[in-house]
Amino acid sequence: MRPRRPSLSRGSGFSISRWREGGRWFVDWGTVTTPEAPAGAYLDHAATTPMSRTALEAYVAEAGRTGNASSLHSAGRAARRAVEESRESVAASLGARPSEVIFTGGGTESDNLAIKGIFWGRRRTDPRRTRVLVSAVEHHAVLDPAFWLAGHAGAEIVLLPVDGDGRLDLAALRAELTEHGDEVALVSVMWANNEVGTLQPVRDVVRLAHQHGVPVHTDAVQAVGQVEVDFAASGVDAMTVTAHKLGGPIGVGALLARRDLPLEAVLHGGGQERGVRSGTLDVPAIRSFAVALAETVAARRERAAALGALRDRLVAGVRAADPEAVLRGPDPTSDDGTRLPGNAHFTFPGAEGDSLLYLLDSAGVQASTGSACQAGVPQPSHVLLAMGVPELEARGALRFSLGATSTAADVDRLVAALPQVVQRARAAGLVSAPAGAGGTA
Amino acid sequence: MRVLAAMSGGVDSAVAAALAVEAGHDVVGVHMALSRNRDQFRTGSRGCCSIEDAGDARRAADVLGIPYYVWDLSERFEETVVADFLSEYEAGRTPNPCVRCNEHIKFEALLDKATALGFDAVATGHYARVVTHEAPDGTVTRELHRSPNDEKDQSYVLAVMGPDRLARAMFPLGGFASKAEVRAEAERRGLSVSAKPDSYDICFVADGDTRGFLRDRLGSRPGEVVDTDGAVVGEHDGAYAYTVGQRKGLGLGRPAADGRARYVVDVQTSTNTVVVGPAELLSVDRIGAGKAVWLAPPPAAWVDDVEVQVRAHGAPVPARVRATTGTPGRDGAAADDGVPGMELHLTGTPLRGVAAGQSVVVYRGTQVLGQATVADAWRG
Repeated sequence: MRPRRPSLSRGSGFSISRWREGGRWFVDWGTVTTPEAPAGAYLDHAATTPMSRTALEAYVAEAGRTGNASSLHSAGRAARRAVEESRESVAASLGARPSEVIFTGGGTESDNLAIKGIFWGRRRTDPRRTRVLVSAVEHHAVLDPAFWLAGHAGAEIVLLPVDGDGRLDLAALRAELTEHGDEVALVSVMWANNEVGTLQPVRDVVRLAHQHGVPVHTDAVQAVGQVEVDFAASGVDAMTVTAHKLGGPIGVGALLARRDLPLEAVLHGGGQERGVRSGTLDVPAIRSFAVALAETVAARRERAAALGALRDRLVAGVRAADPEAVLRGPDPTSDDGTRLPGNAHFTFPGAEGDSLLYLLDSAGVQASTGSACQAGVPQPSHVLLAMGVPELEARGALRFSLGATSTAADVDRLVAALPQVVQRARAAGLVSAPAGAGGTA
Repeated sequence: MRVLAAMSGGVDSAVAAALAVEAGHDVVGVHMALSRNRDQFRTGSRGCCSIEDAGDARRAADVLGIPYYVWDLSERFEETVVADFLSEYEAGRTPNPCVRCNEHIKFEALLDKATALGFDAVATGHYARVVTHEAPDGTVTRELHRSPNDEKDQSYVLAVMGPDRLARAMFPLGGFASKAEVRAEAERRGLSVSAKPDSYDICFVADGDTRGFLRDRLGSRPGEVVDTDGAVVGEHDGAYAYTVGQRKGLGLGRPAADGRARYVVDVQTSTNTVVVGPAELLSVDRIGAGKAVWLAPPPAAWVDDVEVQVRAHGAPVPARVRATTGTPGRDGAAADDGVPGMELHLTGTPLRGVAAGQSVVVYRGTQVLGQATVADAWRG
């Protein structure tokens, strides 16, 4: 049988692909919308998560429809309806009002819109406000737009320090606001750190910042689905969320922004999303995002408990496999809400992250060094360095992040592979360490 | 075998990796990141260090269906290859950074790390052959030979590695007689790098501007250019930027009294002076070299039927050679530091412009016998 391009059945929401051949219809049930789990033990859910079946079904169903949500005819109205229903759903899942939801192309875009948009919006009404306060452990999607503003728009960036667990130093924030409160355009502090899973004192940040009339943005990309995230209750003025960290598709997210927040557009064009984010709305992605978000929020309490238990198994297993491994970030066993339940992060003294990554990968375990890569080159993590971890130790970092599809078997596979992996990586670390760093060269 | 294929992003290393895969080895591709500063190394598609190259290597690995990683060797590269490049020029010598890269990066840092991680060999896209002999008692000896492709032969820059490293190196392109053949192999396998231009320049020097690079890193050090009588004939911005044998770019205002072309005949870094003179002062037929590495039994007594090569693409010339302890010098003087060296007498035409710091490689026929670093060259 010659392969034919499948046409999707319309309006069913199910995963049927069908094609006609020789006067007969062929139907392929289920192949399109069965999410494919990564092979081996996938312990990198903080990078991206497998799509949930319902989210994939919603995506496929919507992708088969035609309609620009900005068009006024019936096809456009149908698309618009799907967007607005999704907006209401996203708002409900996150404790926001529908009018506060701005759909974007994902976390990086939302962060850029927040940092640049609030900076420009605030400066327009009050030109003295040029200082941007960000925690030293922010994702590059926050740090880089902030430093871009410093280079191109006269912003002054203040990196707020963190403690040894990666938690924001509130006293430093208070001191900065006391001294320069009327010059601050915005504060951005993430809800949960993407590398070491530290939960930040967002409510305290809001309390302090609002005393000085300073708006607060938080990147909640890693937090949603693992801890309770309520936009209104948190008091933040803007919040970044993204679909692909919670079982939705890559390339869609939202910035939740209070209506009274001055926010300049970054993308200009057709005026969609209250003129702040132009661009034809990606209806299937938005629908799928809303479905995944609702699903993950509904399952959160139960899932967080399961993730926490798995994570504890992982931490205990890693420590048993390598007594020298150093857990980074807050103590997970204290379980006082200081760390994401699905996150574990270790440094392995004497080993290099890229060696560990390769050896684990070849043993069927997928993890991450946790740090940003430039041109594929692992850099020592700015998060670990900000936490006071020496650069040499920061080189041997591995992040394990669990998600909805994680199982005890995944954890056990890691733990079984680890002793030999660490031993080998240590042997390699000795020969490849730079001469100045105590190597043999 | 478990083979690590070093993948630069160029066509040669991609085909070498493909051949290793097809030979049935368990191959993993690794791209060495040699700079953390993405602007430092030249950009474009001709380098071995740019982001485009890393992407090309990744695509080639995808096509071959092998895992691919980027390993950061930038610090080792900076403190061995780049630091050596700078200090050698600073000392008035002429380094070959590709030799140092093979010595310290590809066949040391990378090879040792690969070995520690459980790989049996490192495969590269170099043009050279390894010939293996097995004695009746099972002893295996390996010889390094020139590639049948004269134009591309890279045995000169590989000779620096010792026998134990050669045993863990694999050059799948060793038998290829032409680059066109390699490109055809790439195309046949759907490797998009098949038409990528060759790289010739030093990868960490932007736009081939070695003098500009040296000035950036070593600073401006103005001094005098003198002739062999000591008369000042010009000025320079740093003696380190000059190479014995150099003719172009001397910037001498007026021609020599005899109207003949002038060459750099000496670089005196102690006095920051560049000495120029006529071409015949450059002719040498004696070479004393240090830091010798032998890939064949070191000849304690003179051996007559060898050839030497002092540049990557220089013509080999007939010579006799003997292994020494320490580095031989002119008038029978020798710096006996206990490090193996070699003494060379050129038996045919003298060579011109042999500078200290250059790598000298001794061949018998196509076989590499040994390699050393030129300490001094003179007329016997």
